Amino acid sequence: MEELQSQDRRAFHIAFIYGLWAVITGALTIPAFVYLLFPPKAKTASAWVEAGDVTQLRPGTPEEMVFRRTRVDGWKVTSEKSTAWVVKLPDSKVVAYSPQCTHLGCAYHWDESNKNFLCPCHTSIFALDGTVISGPAPRPLDRFQVKVEGPKLLIGELERSEPS
Amino acid sequence: MTRRVIDWWEHRTGIETAVKSFMLEDIPASAGWHQVFGSVALFLFMTQAFTGIMLAFNYAPTPGEAYNSLKFIVTELTGGSLIRGLHHWGASMMIVVVVLHLCQVFLYGAYKRPREATWMVGVVLLLMTLAFGLTGYLLPWDNRAYWGTVVTTQIAGSAPVAGPYLTRLLGGHDGVGVVTFARFYALHVTLLPPLTLLLIGIHVYLVRKHGVAPAPNDVAPKKRFYPEQVFKDTVATFVAFVILFTLAVAAKVPLERLADPTDTSYIPRPEWYFLFLFQTLKFFNGPLEVVGSVVLPTLAGLALLLTPFIDRGIMKRVRERTVAMGVLAFVVIGWSGLTAAAVITTPKQAEVSVLDESAPADWQTFTPQELAGLGYYRQENCKVCHGPGVAKQIGPDLASLKNRKTPAWMIAHFKHPQELVPGSPMPPVNLPGSALNALTSFLLKWNTANKKVFDEAPQTAVEGAMLYHKNSCGACHQVNGAGQKMGPALNGTTKRHTKQWIEDHFANPQKLSPGTPMPPYKFNEREMAALVDYLGTLPEAQ
Repeated sequence: MEELQSQDRRAFHIAFIYGLWAVITGALTIPAFVYLLFPPKAKTASAWVEAGDVTQLRPGTPEEMVFRRTRVDGWKVTSEKSTAWVVKLPDSKVVAYSPQCTHLGCAYHWDESNKNFLCPCHTSIFALDGTVISGPAPRPLDRFQVKVEGPKLLIGELERSEPS
Repeated sequence: MTRRVIDWWEHRTGIETAVKSFMLEDIPASAGWHQVFGSVALFLFMTQAFTGIMLAFNYAPTPGEAYNSLKFIVTELTGGSLIRGLHHWGASMMIVVVVLHLCQVFLYGAYKRPREATWMVGVVLLLMTLAFGLTGYLLPWDNRAYWGTVVTTQIAGSAPVAGPYLTRLLGGHDGVGVVTFARFYALHVTLLPPLTLLLIGIHVYLVRKHGVAPAPNDVAPKKRFYPEQVFKDTVATFVAFVILFTLAVAAKVPLERLADPTDTSYIPRPEWYFLFLFQTLKFFNGPLEVVGSVVLPTLAGLALLLTPFIDRGIMKRVRERTVAMGVLAFVVIGWSGLTAAAVITTPKQAEVSVLDESAPADWQTFTPQELAGLGYYRQENCKVCHGPGVAKQIGPDLASLKNRKTPAWMIAHFKHPQELVPGSPMPPVNLPGSALNALTSFLLKWNTANKKVFDEAPQTAVEGAMLYHKNSCGACHQVNGAGQKMGPALNGTTKRHTKQWIEDHFANPQKLSPGTPMPPYKFNEREMAALVDYLGTLPEAQ
């Protein structure tokens, strides 16, 4: 009888030891995973930045506009200079391209004589509407979100283009 | 399956035998609930290490950045404030449990032959725990951390002979700054943890070597450590953990303003477990101060360390250890009294509102210099960090600040922010002196009541005010009661004259007001429009 009681006590002790340590481990590791894996809360909603005056744009002639945008990097907010190629398309819609070639990220430029964008690195050529004419570029030029308010062009988030 | 895996490892490492011989160690029959504190302390140490590593994943160990990254952890990361809470309260819990452990061993006389070395290593571990608390205190780099550490380094510096060397070691000879921060961080993160781990290893080894101290005349057959005593240790650990977790969830851990060495109103206080030392210091003045700050604590530490050699009598039962009880009671009462006295005499942090009641309520009634200051605030994009209306407040909200700095401080701070607030992420404001003056006068008048002026004042009028200020129009004219009276006061000008007249008058004053000493001004179209706009916004009755 006494032997049995002592067996029960032992089992009870062992069950408690494992149970309590499981609770402690869970209560420490679960918050740690959440802390490490969840993205930071409340990033500033995509701020629109004023880039320039659209009334001076001539249809069919891209212009490189310089603007400052703030970037949130963890606990740091940095203000950095960015550029965009802004084009007034024939249907007078305004678009802004990211200044980097979609192939390997070189800076391309506007080739006035051929009326297209030329990347000096591997001679990717893009049309005025951003589509690939020739070269290794896998997809059209990436575009910034744009908004026109009066004469002002506002630039928003960069959107990655789909492969053509 | 499990058996086979265990056997495989056992065969190669002997791990099973090792764990078994550790867990199944013989302990005296008299062992019990009073001997759980060591295990709890070890558990808390491991929790501190874990949460410390978690914090380090998102912490930038340089002044200023430290503050910003901690703020990021606490406000933007899910679970961040819980992790920080666990680390903060864990430090306090650790002190409590380590001291309870010490009291138990002291009361039972468990330090007696042959366990003197175990005791002494334990005392060093207590000092380690305090050193963790002391160095960790600076790492948030807020006002509390900064000023607390200023006092600590000063005390270390007052030690006879060693003082100056200690100050150098702590990087404090030129005040608390980046060097002190680096030293404290290195101590807290790279030196103390491995050292403590080593000492814990020695401490546990010695406990095992001599066995858990039995009660005198304990002749009952020995029992095994596992599972009964492990169960007791686990329950105690769990209780400690529940308390810690509750504190971390429910009790707010302060993160004050960024450390400000020029904040003369701040009243520094150490962490609660150092308050008794802080209070002791008050009894000693002038040349005797070193007695309270260094001599007494050193003597107390030595007495503690050498306890086994002071009390060399044979083991007695706890109830018969009346002297030990007396000593402990005396220490507890003394400690509580000193701590309570320190708490009671802590003055409330001065939070006097110096809201400038004379500040105008509307932007129209700001002086040109103040409105121009608003213009510079906008132009320099101060808003990005200081607001109003930013999702991520990096600098202080300047309109709501209770204590304003002097204009001289502000201007020095604009030019070299880090010289006045080490580690501040603020870039210098590169503007000419007159513009900085304008910015300063705006910031002195900007408050919670007229905060809205930032959004309300139209940009053209503000630019007009900036031109007005830049061209020192106030040297001859008065606007809103500010400026000289050599020329006419300009409130109401647009009621008296047409826009065209004003523009012509700028271009050629003599033509419209013969004999006027006003020089001609050449403004471009935009500037002219801004100035006329600005004059048009001025209230008439002045």
